[in-house]
Amino acid sequence: MSFGAELLHLVTVLFAAVFTENILLARFLGMCSFLSVSRQIKTAVGLGLAVVFVMTFTVALDWVAFRYILLPFNLYYLRFLVFIVIIAAFVQFVEMVVERYSPVLYQNLGIFLPLITVNCAILGASLFMVIRDYSFAEGIAFGLGSGLGWMLAIVAMAGIREKLANAKIPEGLQGPGITLIIAGFMALAFIGFTGVLSSERKQTEPKPVTQEIRQVDQDTTRIVVEEPVE
Amino acid sequence: MSEVVWSALVSVGVISAVGAFLALLLVIAERFIANYGEVSIDVNSGDKEFTVKGGGSLLETLASAKIFIPSACGGRGTCAYCKVKVSEGAGPFLPTEEPYIDSQAREQGIRLACQVKVRQDIKIEIPAELLAVKEFRCICERIRDLTYDIKELRLKLPGPMKYVPGQYVQFRAPAYKGSPEVYRAYSISSDPADSGAIELVVRLVPGGICTTYIFEHLAEGDEVLINGPHGEFRLTDTQAPMIFIAGGSGIAPIKCMMHHLVNQGIKRKGVFFFGVRSLKDLFMAEEMKSLERAIPDFRFVPAVSELEQGESWDGAQGRITDVVKRYLDNEKDAASYEAYLCGSPGMIDASISVLTGAGISEDRIFYDKFS
Repeated sequence: MSFGAELLHLVTVLFAAVFTENILLARFLGMCSFLSVSRQIKTAVGLGLAVVFVMTFTVALDWVAFRYILLPFNLYYLRFLVFIVIIAAFVQFVEMVVERYSPVLYQNLGIFLPLITVNCAILGASLFMVIRDYSFAEGIAFGLGSGLGWMLAIVAMAGIREKLANAKIPEGLQGPGITLIIAGFMALAFIGFTGVLSSERKQTEPKPVTQEIRQVDQDTTRIVVEEPVE
Repeated sequence: MSEVVWSALVSVGVISAVGAFLALLLVIAERFIANYGEVSIDVNSGDKEFTVKGGGSLLETLASAKIFIPSACGGRGTCAYCKVKVSEGAGPFLPTEEPYIDSQAREQGIRLACQVKVRQDIKIEIPAELLAVKEFRCICERIRDLTYDIKELRLKLPGPMKYVPGQYVQFRAPAYKGSPEVYRAYSISSDPADSGAIELVVRLVPGGICTTYIFEHLAEGDEVLINGPHGEFRLTDTQAPMIFIAGGSGIAPIKCMMHHLVNQGIKRKGVFFFGVRSLKDLFMAEEMKSLERAIPDFRFVPAVSELEQGESWDGAQGRITDVVKRYLDNEKDAASYEAYLCGSPGMIDASISVLTGAGISEDRIFYDKFS
């Protein structure tokens, strides 16, 4: 692919991750913090920014760990463990750096960082990166896009909930009830983006990593590999 | 077979290597990034100067140097008691401080000690009394049940504590069963003439870290750590008649003040409304009655708001604010009173509106709110 086409492809991956395959509204990952920290736009933006930052970097780090540690040693099945450890360590590290060099940023984002270690969307993004066989650049675009998509969803939800604070809601639906219903409507709305963009490579492009995994799969029956998404 | 063992060893080896590498990275980061080195703290332009290890909050750092800034919330930035003036080295003003520090105070350098991190040499200014605040290693001499959820602690002091009636001490609950070490504030209830010990009145807060410690773990003979005295709640030295209002364990500072009135032979007119919910919540009535008799012009009025069926009570009945209102309505010169309140925020706010409604101006109303 030419440089221009490659760049266009990366932009497509990014936008697809934000809209058509929104990790929260299409895949329903990261619901717990989405439901609990979406009361105010201000905090939602804080948490959203922290997710964007952490997701972009952990996808990149996990890509490196997967490509250069797990694949060479045939340890594909350890990905969950390795990815989550890397995410946890990265978050700890970022917390330390931010606390040292930017107290104001730490006060705004720092409280959200520990929440993020256990946000399943972060791990989910890394796992999708493996399943979809992304290159390093695609991985970063996907991580950034997924983070932005998650932020978009939580900020939108916070905006709706701020308005809802003054609405008359039947008693039994107050709190989580109405929030889940709204999340459902938002997900329905996002279905409208389906098919607009696709993050998949063209069929003619080779799929380097999956080839290797298939090879691994034939060699050792112990390793179970998901079918690559077509 | 050996192949299986081999692959198991490889996976264990790789995962350990990854873990160890990340752990090492974090340890190195901790060593270099989270290490703020030694910093010096200067209190009141040279009154006290010392070097400490940087990195912690100003509140913790000062406590480790035995300077006790009052704090009721335990450093979460919610009580705003720990305001100090930092003239140098506090770092940028933080969003967590915003709700408690107005722009005027901000310009003077007032900060919340629990939010400011010690990262560089710091100069602070604190009231001279705070330097007089000391830590006392006491022995818990007696624990007395006052009601089903209120206890009185008697703590034997290792040396004299000079306190003003109405002040409080901070009680340290050591770390236990997964709860962190916390400090909580309790008013002194005992007779100031009794210089060898102090007494505190503690009400069990369900789920409260410190009160659970006191109720379930503390035993007579145990060593407890307190620091104090703190607080601005105290009697004025005017001759105005006084109205005291307390609910539950809020009786503590007022009992101490009454001892003081007796000891000093002060003849100010006074009336003390003590509100409890039901008869089983009422305590210390006998002691208060005998204090009442020892002060020339003083009335103790216990009031019960809910009587259960079959109980008889010949004292005042109803919510404490209603009882106070009835009393003030019958007073010719209600506005001349000074009011001293101690209790829950709800009771205090309701009492203040009754008192101001009776013509007592807000600068004559003094209170100690539980938080």
